[in-house]
Amino acid sequence: MSTGASRTLLCAVLLLGFSGVWRLQHGIDAQLNTTRQEQDDLTLRSGALVKALSLEYAPLAADLYWTRVVQYYGGKHESQQTNLDLLWPLLDVTTTLDPNLIVAYRFGGMFLSDAPPRGAGKPEQGIELLRRGIRNNPEYWRFYEDLGFIYYFDLGDYPKAAEVFLEGSKRPGAMIWMKTFAARISEKGESPETSTMLWSEIYNSTSEPSIKENAKVHLQLLRARADCEQLNKLAAEYKKRAGHPPANMRDLVKAGLLPGLATDPVGVQYWFDLEGNAQINPASPLFKEQRVDNKRP
Amino acid sequence: MATPAIEIENLTKDYPFGFLHLKKKTSLEGLTMSVENGEVFGFLGPNGAGKSTTIKLLVGLIFPTAGTARILGKPISDISMHGDIGYLPEQPYFYDYLTAAELLDYFARIHDLPAQERKARVDAMLKKVGLETARKIQLRKYSKGMLQRVGLAQAILHDPKVVILDEPMSGLDPVGRREVRDIILELKQAGKTVLFSTHILSDAEMLCDRVGVIVGGKLRGVGAPDEIVGMKPQGMEILFEYTGDSKGLRGLLSKATQTGSRYRLQVAEADLYATMQQLCGAGAKVLSVSQVRATLEEYFMHLVAADRAQAPAVEVSGK
Amino acid sequence: MRRVGIVALNTFREAVRDRVLYNLVFFALVMIAASILVGQISIGIEEMVIVSLGLSAISVIGLLIAVFIGVGLVSKEMDKRTLYALLAKPVRRWEFLLGKFGGLVLTLTVNTIAMALGLFLALGVITQSDEHLAGSVLVAVYFILLKLALVVALALLFSCYTTPLLAILCTAGLYIAGLFVKEMRAFQSDTVSQAVQSVLRGLSYILPNFENFDVMAAAAHGRAIPGLLIAQNTAYAALYCAVVLAAATAIFTRRNLK
Ligand SMILES: Nc1ncnc2c1ncn2[C@@H]1O[C@H](COP(=O)(O)OP(=O)(O)O)[C@@H](O)[C@H]1O
Ligand SMILES: [Mg+2]
Repeated sequence: MSTGASRTLLCAVLLLGFSGVWRLQHGIDAQLNTTRQEQDDLTLRSGALVKALSLEYAPLAADLYWTRVVQYYGGKHESQQTNLDLLWPLLDVTTTLDPNLIVAYRFGGMFLSDAPPRGAGKPEQGIELLRRGIRNNPEYWRFYEDLGFIYYFDLGDYPKAAEVFLEGSKRPGAMIWMKTFAARISEKGESPETSTMLWSEIYNSTSEPSIKENAKVHLQLLRARADCEQLNKLAAEYKKRAGHPPANMRDLVKAGLLPGLATDPVGVQYWFDLEGNAQINPASPLFKEQRVDNKRP
Repeated sequence: MATPAIEIENLTKDYPFGFLHLKKKTSLEGLTMSVENGEVFGFLGPNGAGKSTTIKLLVGLIFPTAGTARILGKPISDISMHGDIGYLPEQPYFYDYLTAAELLDYFARIHDLPAQERKARVDAMLKKVGLETARKIQLRKYSKGMLQRVGLAQAILHDPKVVILDEPMSGLDPVGRREVRDIILELKQAGKTVLFSTHILSDAEMLCDRVGVIVGGKLRGVGAPDEIVGMKPQGMEILFEYTGDSKGLRGLLSKATQTGSRYRLQVAEADLYATMQQLCGAGAKVLSVSQVRATLEEYFMHLVAADRAQAPAVEVSGK
Repeated sequence: MRRVGIVALNTFREAVRDRVLYNLVFFALVMIAASILVGQISIGIEEMVIVSLGLSAISVIGLLIAVFIGVGLVSKEMDKRTLYALLAKPVRRWEFLLGKFGGLVLTLTVNTIAMALGLFLALGVITQSDEHLAGSVLVAVYFILLKLALVVALALLFSCYTTPLLAILCTAGLYIAGLFVKEMRAFQSDTVSQAVQSVLRGLSYILPNFENFDVMAAAAHGRAIPGLLIAQNTAYAALYCAVVLAAATAIFTRRNLK
């Protein structure tokens, strides 16, 4: 065979071979995802050990672990699994490898503390991680914001939350509104306006997609919650007039109480449950984002 | 007439070397020759002349930069003809974890010899090269000469039509050389074609129908050993004993080489008679008179000297 | 093909005579030590520990053999010139390569089967294990074997055009890279550019993905491994080996022996 022909043949074999490999790989990935769903294994849980093993490449190793964190959370969230047991060890290793990886602390602070289904529901771990972040990066004042957040949202400990916001406001470079929050919270405790402001602040101050997305969902839930309260007021008014609760929103529109059918922030109509309370429609993507205990948005 | 067993046409091999392989060294330059069927052909040349290069090109271990060659009418790139050729590499080395018998059996399988024949062939070959007693010994314990014998055995194991041997006598004792010579003659008798390389001229002189002399990658001459030798003037050698004083023979004795009381004297053929008379007259005892054939060795040295005097044997040039 | 088999058997014989299979003694010692230790320390997870340990040992020992002998398959024959006489016989170079590959894979298969038997023996000693566990352990062993075949093919490829040391480094490097394919695919870092990240992502589908063959956790927990995955992994290993061997052949058939 001439060298030209054999070279062409080789190229064809390689091309065909690799395209076959490419396709097979996708199939195998799908198969492995189903078998590995439960199988959360993290071989090395000791950050110190991993750091020793990765020699001078610790920051690179940190990037790898950080990638695993994001993937782990993303994968769990995607498949709507709620056990996030590995989130803490992964973040622990990541921040040990690179103590200055700001995004890891913020990410951890949010998703360790946030209630299921969006987080691990372990605020004490979130607090520990953020305290470590503050120790390692004292100049980064936003950690106080995140910390105050956990006390405010997840623990409902308003005096402590106010205290943390105040403490953070004294850091060089801290925004003035940190002080405002401290005052508001110590005065009123929880209020939808404060919550909305806090989440907006988070939303605007991060570029990490998961964090941004989470803040957005929270803001949408807050709006939905406010909408529902408004609808409930209208329903009470309707009941006063008609003598029975409205069966659906159409009743309110017909009664002239509502200009049109109200939709939640993702565009799905609200509905009234059997007790006549306005709710997010189960058909809405927002529905499954609500807290399992349905306490706070 | 049938096609020659081996036809080589303008065969050239460059080895790249140096930084990024930009330079090249020509190990073989435009070799054209052929080896007829049933012929024993000696490939002569000093070390580094390009003998092994040619042989490795023929058996397909390396690939030519230019030119072609055919063995038994098939181009050398066609492996199918390998069933009909036998090859002894230069300084052969074999799997040292095998015994000689196992190695030959392995090669016999490769050659697809049927089972009964395989055993008989292996035994016969081991006997032929004088290794029957060592057949059960692992090759790692073999001496250089023994390996050479194994190499020869595997080259002729499958009764090939063309046998190519690279320095078959090197590393052998006189008995071994003698045996190899006998094997080559046997092959010739059986009508096989043999091409072997050597830098030992007497071997070639004794065995070959024709020789080719290669120096510095170029073929310098092909022909029967006699023909090649015929190019040099010849003379006569007289061996005589003389114990008398040197006066009477002064002129002759100074030209002769002396060993004890014996002298060896070379004269031109035309002067033989006169010299004999002179010797007898002086009372010398003539022991023998023989014709001096200019040896292949002289021819060879002559070529090498010419080559050295000329341009360097290997040309170094940029690409 | 007949000649491929002959070369393969000879390669196997070489491995046996060079005492490659002595590693089994080492494996046996590991398993014995593990069984004794497990009996002392762990209650309830003996099986898991034995399976993970056994499979890890099978994998590591196999990898060492595959890399170190695989790299020498061709280069040793070229260095010692044992190849010369053989290639002057009616053996095509691809037949030689395939025979060498087959011979080492055969060696590894025998070796791995022996180790797997040892593992089952150890499992039998400590528990009355159910066939569920046995099944998935068997699949895990099979996957290790597929992985080893792929490593041998890569070692062979590299040894066709570089020095043995470089070939070892390349093979080991590619193996390690093949373990981090998932991370490569989702790599996010501020230190490297977007372009590099997309290249990494593309590479992650083409590089030999050794994660595919890792079902150790499933085996340790005795979870069944789907038949489709077995078929896919078999096809993957076969196809990848074929591609690599084709490339090796292309290089080797053009190669001038020294
Ligand atoms: N692999 C190689 N790389 C570079 N040069 C080589 C190689 N093999 C042979 N040569 C050179 O080619 C020339 C001819 O070598 P060779 O054919 O082995 O000579 P010989 O006649 O002694 O067998 C020598 O000068 C040698 O240095
Ligand atoms: Mg030579």
